Amino acid sequence: MSEGIYLDNNATTMVAPEVVDTMLPFLTEQFGNPSSIHQFGNKVGHALKQARKQVQNLLGAEYESEIIFTSCGTESDSTAILSAIKSQPQRKEIITTVVEHPAILSVCEQLKKEGYTIHYLRVDKKGRLDMNKYERLLSDNVALVSVMWANNETGTLFPVTEMAEMANSAGVLFHTDAVQVIGKLPINLKETCIDMLSLSGHKLHAPKGVGALYLRRGVRFRPLLRGGHQERGRRAGTENSASIVALGKACEMAAESLAYEKTTVKALRDKLEHGILSQVSHCFVTGDPSNRLPHTTNIAFEYIEGEAILFLLNKLGIAASSGSACTSGSLEPSHVMKAMDIPFTAAHGSIRFSLSRYNTPEEIDKVIEAVPPIVAQLRKLSPYWSGTSPVEKEQAFAPSYA
Amino acid sequence: MWDYSEKVKEHFYNPHNAGAVEDANAVGEVGSLSCGDALLLTLKVEPETNTIIAAGFQTFGCTSAIASSSALTDIIKGMSLDQALTVSNQDIADYLDGLPPEKMHCSVMGREALQAAIANYRGEKWQNDHEEGALICKCFAVDAVMIEQTIRDNNLRTVEDVSNYTKAGGGCSSCHEGIEEILTKVLAEQGESFNPEAVAGEKPKPKPKLTNLQRIKLIEKLLEDIRPNLQRDRGDVELIEVNGKYIYLKMTGACAGCQMAATTLGGIQQHLVEGLGEFVRVLLPIEELQRRAAMRA
Ligand SMILES: Cc1ncc(COP(=O)(O)O)c(C=O)c1O
Repeated sequence: MSEGIYLDNNATTMVAPEVVDTMLPFLTEQFGNPSSIHQFGNKVGHALKQARKQVQNLLGAEYESEIIFTSCGTESDSTAILSAIKSQPQRKEIITTVVEHPAILSVCEQLKKEGYTIHYLRVDKKGRLDMNKYERLLSDNVALVSVMWANNETGTLFPVTEMAEMANSAGVLFHTDAVQVIGKLPINLKETCIDMLSLSGHKLHAPKGVGALYLRRGVRFRPLLRGGHQERGRRAGTENSASIVALGKACEMAAESLAYEKTTVKALRDKLEHGILSQVSHCFVTGDPSNRLPHTTNIAFEYIEGEAILFLLNKLGIAASSGSACTSGSLEPSHVMKAMDIPFTAAHGSIRFSLSRYNTPEEIDKVIEAVPPIVAQLRKLSPYWSGTSPVEKEQAFAPSYA
Repeated sequence: MWDYSEKVKEHFYNPHNAGAVEDANAVGEVGSLSCGDALLLTLKVEPETNTIIAAGFQTFGCTSAIASSSALTDIIKGMSLDQALTVSNQDIADYLDGLPPEKMHCSVMGREALQAAIANYRGEKWQNDHEEGALICKCFAVDAVMIEQTIRDNNLRTVEDVSNYTKAGGGCSSCHEGIEEILTKVLAEQGESFNPEAVAGEKPKPKPKLTNLQRIKLIEKLLEDIRPNLQRDRGDVELIEVNGKYIYLKMTGACAGCQMAATTLGGIQQHLVEGLGEFVRVLLPIEELQRRAAMRA
């Protein structure tokens, strides 16, 4: 990275230079339509086949035809949910969680209006699910269980392989939004009961606007887009060949760097987290620190607000993100922080640092140095803060709330 | 990241009047749980003249909440209490060279803290009647609570009604689905159902048909009404072309490139709609839009 320190890789990642090199010819001389018979199309067709293999390898899928290329993670999510309900019209319930990405939640809210029953599994203060509750909800009325593998805000992992087994024994389809996990943790789909899985290119150093849906062979399916025979009729539309080739290359590179993610990137994350927690009082890690992605830490700084923190970090060239209401454009604090019952004076000050294999120890040192003065500067302005500690209980700031 | 004016950044990086005023005799504490902002305003009021001689703030909030607090304390220092009570959210936003529409609510809090502090000084009880819901219309910063109340109070039935009364949905129109949902909900409570085919009711009756010339003259006159407001902010507006319901205006002076231009245009449109008694759309000529885009780039 030339300018600035980028710690917002759960939002999106830089495209790896090797990935750019691989995709560029498909925007210039390799422009053919892969469906065409002639040499122009044929070469592109072969490249797509290779990309499919590369994705298959990273996912540990049994067959390459189980990979369907899509336009993004959101499309994969929508396709999975809508396919499950259309292919099983007699089943009118869906099980999901309160902390899913909007790509899942908004579709479920819409289906609720159309008469479906949506069971939202709640989480505890560390963002964990209640498996007993889940087990009791599984029934013949359930069309789909959709549970994210890792939470994009906290990095907390859900036990999706076990949950998929439980769904499977109950005869219920299981989908997981694995957008944040792919390329970060090793997975081997052929040894699981997962029926469908969504991934998105731009979270693993491929470009934006390309994704994939894993669809286990034999699972009943109804396409979202109908038209030509592309993707074996399961996703019509002439292929985004350059981006698909890029996604393939990115998956190959991710497979090679899984060990690095688990060791070096994780060590950097731990160093960052420790560096901040040891210097700043009244802050804590949200989610389940013992069970999360290796590159994510979400720290709640009490009594100050996230957007203000981000603004000051940005001035120093440091990019992160926040669960604060003011960064969402909707004036609502993060639904994930709310679901974990994080007090609002902390939820609004939660900052997510998400690393990548391109971050360096020097960058992390700079961030560790930058954070404490920023927090101190904002706390000096906070009505909840006085001197070096929160305002005493008896005289605590208690505004009248709207 | 938000597109903040230099003035907002200045006040955020180096806030004026931060911290509590020593021996303050007026204190206002307000907060909005949903948006996570809270403000503690302390004033020192000179009892003989009822003048604010010192003001200090402590804010838990975002960049623009902090900048708005700083601006508010600057504005009210030296004012009499009655003068201070006339300070509007728009005054605070103007002082900061505008706030993004989504951020206007941050200046609401400053005004409320001020009202609360003055009530506190006068020994009155202050009622926080400001309620805020999820933001629906991003063009004009209208939230769900406001839309819901307006629908109830005026028995509105269509999206167009809602736009006429609240401006919500009168801009880019992306929020029409959200407005329909609120209509559906409120109408259901009254045992009615939302009918997407319904035509807007209670619209002002069309006046006797004007000739083209009369109509243009009327538009000119309506613009004259607004001109003093714009000129006060060192801006102005010029009528370029009238083509059916499309009215092309050029913003000049400080209005050109002003952050709040979208809101200003919306206000002008509202005024023209009311004055003409028909629905018109106010637009900037294409060159103006291109110039703005170039300025932003
Ligand atoms: C968990 C999760 N699901 C889905 C998405 C959406 O992916 P895309 O941006 O490719 O549509 C994201 C990314 O924002 C995500 O974090």
